[in-house]
Order: sequence, then C-alpha cells, then structure tokens
Amino acid sequence: MSSIVSRGSTPSVQGRETGPLRAMCEVLAHNKIGAYHSLTFVAPDMAERTSPGQFVTVGVEGGGTLLRRPFSVYSVSQHGPWAGTLEIVFDVVGPGTAWLAEREKHDVVDVVGPLGRPFPMPQQPVACLLVGGGYGAAPLLFLAQILQRRGFRVDMILGARTQSRVFNAIEAKRIAASATFTTDDGSFGVQGAVTDVMDRVIETAGTGVIYACGPMPMLAAVSEVARAKNLPCQVAVEEQMACGVGVCMTCVLPYRRRDEVVNLRACIDGPVFNGARVQWDLIGRRPGDLASASQDEEFIP
Amino acid sequence: MSTVEEQRDDAALRPDEVDLSVSLGPLRLPNPIVTASGCFGSGQEIHRFFDVSVLGAVVVKSLTLEPRAGLPTPRMAETDSGMLNAIGLQNPGIDAWLARDLPWLVEHGVRTIVSIAGKTASEYRVLAERLRGVEGVLAIEANISCPNVEDRGMVFACREEATKEAIQQVTRVATVPVFAKLTPDVTDIVAIARAARDAGATGVSVINTLLGMAIDVETGLPRLGGITGGLSGPAIKPVAIRAVHQIARALPDLPIIGMGGARTVEDVVEFVLAGASAVAIGTATFANPMVTLELLEELPRWLAARGHRSIAELRGAVRLPPEPPGEDDEAAS
Repeated sequence: MSSIVSRGSTPSVQGRETGPLRAMCEVLAHNKIGAYHSLTFVAPDMAERTSPGQFVTVGVEGGGTLLRRPFSVYSVSQHGPWAGTLEIVFDVVGPGTAWLAEREKHDVVDVVGPLGRPFPMPQQPVACLLVGGGYGAAPLLFLAQILQRRGFRVDMILGARTQSRVFNAIEAKRIAASATFTTDDGSFGVQGAVTDVMDRVIETAGTGVIYACGPMPMLAAVSEVARAKNLPCQVAVEEQMACGVGVCMTCVLPYRRRDEVVNLRACIDGPVFNGARVQWDLIGRRPGDLASASQDEEFIP
Repeated sequence: MSTVEEQRDDAALRPDEVDLSVSLGPLRLPNPIVTASGCFGSGQEIHRFFDVSVLGAVVVKSLTLEPRAGLPTPRMAETDSGMLNAIGLQNPGIDAWLARDLPWLVEHGVRTIVSIAGKTASEYRVLAERLRGVEGVLAIEANISCPNVEDRGMVFACREEATKEAIQQVTRVATVPVFAKLTPDVTDIVAIARAARDAGATGVSVINTLLGMAIDVETGLPRLGGITGGLSGPAIKPVAIRAVHQIARALPDLPIIGMGGARTVEDVVEFVLAGASAVAIGTATFANPMVTLELLEELPRWLAARGHRSIAELRGAVRLPPEPPGEDDEAAS
C-alpha cells in the first residue's frame, strides 16, 4: 500500500489548515469502552485540524470489503509525547469493523480526514444540551470538552438499548453540569427514550441550544422536541456512505433550503445539519417536490 | 507494435524517459489516467487532496437537461469485491453546471470531458447544443447506458438502432470528439460499438456498471432504495477487459476509454493490453481519494522497470494464440 500523504491543497482558514489529509497512521491504543471499541491513532496533522462533529474514514480489509468505513472523532490530543493523536469509537457490525477490532498497538491503518463540517459553536453565552444515542455520544463528548473550555454550560442526555451500550457515562458525568441516562430495558438510568427526559432537563438547565448525534429516528425525535420548544438544534447524522469525500452521492438526505427540498450529501454538506431543516419523513422516499441536487453553496472546500 | 515479451528483455529505463501521452482520435492526453463519470464529483472535492489538473482528463458526473434529485436512499450496497449503486443521475442540471462548475474546472486547468444523459434521443441533441463551442469542454461522453433509469427499455446502448439514434443526435451538433458509453449488459457489445462508430462517435467508453441486485436476508428487503443498481469495482474487471478486447479486435481503429474495476497499475496496463488507449478510474476513488494520483506516479515506474518506452506501444498488445485459418476476421475486412 502506498504511503503517499496528501498535499492538503486547501487554503487555510485564519491561518489554520482545514482540508482533509490521507495518512498511514500507527495505532497507539486499542481499548474496550463498554460494548464498543476505541482506537487511538498517531495523526499529528489530522488531529491539529479536527473539530467536534467531523469524521475520518479508515481503510479496512477482509471479507471482500472494498470501501472505507466512516467514524466520527471521539477525541483529539494535540500535545503530549506522541505530538497529535486522534481517537475513534466503533461497534463491530460487519467484516470491516471486525477487522478493525483486531488492530493492535503498532499496527498501521489508512486514515483520511478530517471530513465533513463540524458542529457550529454558539455565538453567545448559552446552556448547551447534548443528546446522544449509542456511540453517537462519542463526538458529543468531544464537543462537550470544547464547549466547556469556552465557558458554556453543558448538559448531557445519553441513551441506548442497554447499559453496556451507553457510551462512557463516567466521562459524561465528569464533564457535564448534569448527565441523564436512558435505556430501553431500564438496566441503567431512566427506562425509555432520550426524548422522554428532554423536557425536564431543558427546564432545569435553561437550555438554549441542542446538539445531537445518534440513529436517524432518534435525531428526528430530538429535532421535533427542539422544534416544539423553539430551540435551535444541530444534529450529526450517521448515514451509509461509499466515499466520505463528496463524490459518490450515496449519503444524501433531503433538506429544506429556501423554497425547495434538496438532497444534500451527509459527508461534505454535513454530517452536521440544522435538525429543523432535515426532512426526516422524506428519508428513503422519492418525493415529488425534491427537484434539485446538492453541490452548490453548501459545499465548503 | 512491439510485444510485451520483446520489451521485457530491454534494459530498464528511467521513469522520466517513459512517454505517457495517448491519443484518442483527434484527442491527445498527456497521460492515460482519467476519471470515471459519477466517481469524481465535480472535480472540486478531490482537488482538496491533490491538483486534479495533472490527470489525463476528468470526466464529470452525467448531466441532464433538468436538475435531478435522484433515487431514494439507501443508494449503495457493498458486495463481494464490488459495490452496487442506485444514485439515479442526481445532478444540478447542465445549465447550473455550466454556470457554476465548469468555470472552476477551466480556471484550474482541468482537462474536462462532459458526460451527458438524455431521456430521449432528441434530449441528447439539446444537451450537446448547450456544449457547442464552450471553452474548456475537451470532449463529450454520451452516457447512453445508465442502469438506474425508470425504464430499462430506455437504455439506448442495449439496442443498435437506439444507440445510433442517440449518438447521431450528439455528433450532428458537437464541436468536440464524442465518446459513447456502453453497457456490458448486451449479447453483442461489438455490434453496439459499431453502431456508435457509424453514428459518428470518435470512440467508446467501456464499460458502464452491470445491472445487479442484493437482498438483505434478515429483512427480505432489497438493499437498494432503487431495488436494482449498477455493479462496479474489482468484481466486474474481467467483464470490462473482455468487452474492451472484443471491441478492439473487431474495430481496431476505434479509440477506447477502458474502465470497470481498475485500481492498480497492473489493472491499467491490463486495460491497455486489451485495447484501451485511456483508462478511467471509478470506484477505486471511493476507497482511496488519491488513487488516480498514485497511479499516475506509479505507472511510469512500472513501465520503465520493464523497458517500455511508452504506454501507447502496449495498446492492444495482448498476445493471442494464432487464429485458425478461414475464420471471419472483421479487423482485416
């Protein structure tokens, strides 16, 4: 496999390089966190330019796999003895992630990133509620860290099927002003869905903005609560993608912009979207009014 | 034309001594590495990784007269050594593309081949008219074989007459070379290639994806929103090599852009040996956004190490056993 590292031809924004890179990265650590795996890579240049909500794609092998796998970034470390590292969290769901789960310290993996648009930061002091489902909590813990460092109040709601799938509850408790947990089976926290506890948390915390990451039905439900409360809501979607860099057009989702609904690419126009504008009920349908295509001003190189 | 074996005995060359330039009829490219339509976005996305103007050419995603939202998700299913896609020609429409994306390609010195897809034969003419005399359009690729259309009966490249009709509409008005993109889902691809040539096509792009389908056995649902889709990737390479070879044998003067599962230098050379002048890289870009640049850097090294002075000298140089006498040889007729 070639070791060419991309040239990062994208112009920098405010002196900071923002474009994606491709690099062969050494695995620094492989940990189990509950039901999930975490891999930490040595990736100084990539770590330097990665913000919460962005993702990387990793080349995998085995079982006739061809395509890279996308993972949102859980944490970056820009300092320390390894210069810069980047950590992803994943669940074993197929041959690609099974192969990745066998990577150990000193193995080398092929990583492209950072990709996609990060969570936008609030423009004024506001209490932020972060709602995560399953390992969708990972990028939110990264976001929580940044928000807190900038002086915002952070509250978290993390939900999952069962206790082992609530991602890193300990860190959520440590970092957030309040952390509430829900499980479908009641094995941990409140039995029910994340949306069952949102009203109460929003009221107690005085929430002014909501961030969410998790499965599509959860994001749709969270966006609906936000709409009812008239709160801005930014969601990071998990969509199946072939390329992750904006060229294959497989990861689209219907989005309302001005007077029309367009198919935007989750990988490059997202994965972070305004939850109020995503047309949740049109996902997977062929709507008559969905007349246009993406690749326009939403694209930010 | 020298054979592979003769060249292999020569002393190795330096990579910079290798001539990568290729000709496709009147079209001359500095190297044979081009992009497959629908696999390279507008060009701008991959330009974040490297300067895409170094490629032989960029073939843009097929453009239609009106903007198209495409098919519902899921649009992709990974299969063994391949992938199925059912995008449904999502694109901004040719007018928006001309206004918005072409200027970027021109500004960045990208050699651009424009893929067009019409619903009817006359729509191909309207699309080609839009491109008449437009600066920065190097050639037209008429996509007459997209598998993700509502009516499979409308895949022009499935029938000789329909191929001729659609391609004629383009060649009548085009001011640049025209390539017809063909499907391998036919009994006799040579007959379709001949129809395209007779309609005035400069050359052919071979192959488009194969129509395929995958079912989730747990849910019983098709894995694609479009139910069926186009199969691409290494799984289809032998089909593509066969199609290129058949056309090159029968119509040796017809320039071919070969494609279908190519991702390594060896794949590129295999397409050239089969008869392609240029090789388009498609699905491999999804797996590695830098693959086309890597191939461009590795190809001269590969050729030099084997003493080949040019890529063009390998075109159609597959070594076949002698043909039995008396067999109908169209190439000689």
